[in-house]
Amino acid sequence: MFNKTLVLCAFAGIAAIAAAQPDVRVEPAHLEGPRILADQTATAVVENYIESWKSLNEAMEQNRPGLLDRDFVGAARDKLAATIDQQAKLGLTASYKDRSHDIQIVFYSPEGLSIELTDDVEYEIQVHDKDKVLATQPVHERYIVVLTPTEVRWRVRVMQAAAR
Amino acid sequence: MRWSLASLCLALAAATAAFAQDGSVTAPKTVDAGSAFSIETSGSGQSALYIVGLGQVIKRDVQLGQSISIPAATIYNAGHYIAFLYVAAKPGSGSAQPAEFDVVPASPAELGFLARPSRLPVKLHDGITGAVYVFDTYGNLVTAPSPVSFELTTPGASNQNRTVTTRDGAAWIAMDSSPKEGAAHFVARAGDVSSTRIIGQVPGDPCSLQMSAKPDGKNLDLETQPVRDCSGNPVPDGTIVTFTENYNGGQSTVDVPLKRGIAKVEMPAHPGASISVASGVVLGNQIHWGK
Repeated sequence: MFNKTLVLCAFAGIAAIAAAQPDVRVEPAHLEGPRILADQTATAVVENYIESWKSLNEAMEQNRPGLLDRDFVGAARDKLAATIDQQAKLGLTASYKDRSHDIQIVFYSPEGLSIELTDDVEYEIQVHDKDKVLATQPVHERYIVVLTPTEVRWRVRVMQAAAR
Repeated sequence: MRWSLASLCLALAAATAAFAQDGSVTAPKTVDAGSAFSIETSGSGQSALYIVGLGQVIKRDVQLGQSISIPAATIYNAGHYIAFLYVAAKPGSGSAQPAEFDVVPASPAELGFLARPSRLPVKLHDGITGAVYVFDTYGNLVTAPSPVSFELTTPGASNQNRTVTTRDGAAWIAMDSSPKEGAAHFVARAGDVSSTRIIGQVPGDPCSLQMSAKPDGKNLDLETQPVRDCSGNPVPDGTIVTFTENYNGGQSTVDVPLKRGIAKVEMPAHPGASISVASGVVLGNQIHWGK
């Protein structure tokens, strides 16, 4: 009976998490720089950035750095891949479930090759050792993110939490 | 008595929390990237300390109740981290509440500097732009406001200097290209760190065109004066100059590239012909050849 109840709790939790989509709020751009930001560009940047959290979570949960490739590039990709390598060596996995984003585009470089945004993000970290949950922590942080255009999408080049 | 699923889940969660009181961790709120710091623990016995963030993950075997020293250069990637205790042999043990801390970037050590364009005409207002991202020695974006000075130097022309303070690690500038042609050194500097880009400044369009004609038998030798832009820079060889001759309702046109700063061509000396010279949108003088 006790075991069955635990399983039910687990399923209820998994279903709730799987169904959860983050709340996304986009503030009007407060741009530094001379370049005009087209609406389509702003929309694509925000969409690609939100999708990068999904890739990030999957890569961290499965310890598969290759899952980062679609959405991350350069230093951001390298650092996250190194983190995955470290947690894999310790036998850990981690999930990063984003709950809400409050995004503002703050810089569009004059030549159009980078866009910087800030994100007041709420997410939950859960650290696992195989089936055991080692720690769970809700986090509310301000992230600074730099994205650069690639062939078909904007990819994250810098992703860094700034001390609140 | 029947328990609902929700109340049973709550009871299980409370029980888990009650188990998780064997030790606690206290971390400083912020830590400079790459610097040494300590994490305080309470409780007794052996445990494992985990520090987990998007930037790094580490584990240390620790003696509870002691201060855990994290040596310099251990945690160097800026970002948000949680620190918690856990003993694998004792599930449910460890710190009930992870400690949270932020690793903040160190001082500027590297600049990501993108200057555009690599080549442009002289004397173009706001023609040169530079964007800078400031990084520390570990590749963290330095988000604290930092002054970045931009300097554009062209040999034989006056320098342009301006200082901009970064916002969220980024700064940008627009500068005029120099009136004098040549390679400009575009330097961005933050603290002791600098980065240089070379910008080619080429002469602009010809400012005025002046040609002369000399008879040579049945032909005319047409030759321009040295062609210069409005700042006095010689227009580069290869620039096309067009000579047009109109006579008796007919027209001949010859395109000639500049060679050593001048354009030369031989055209038939039709009596009563009108000959003009142009380069791009710039029209030069006209010559009427007498009957």
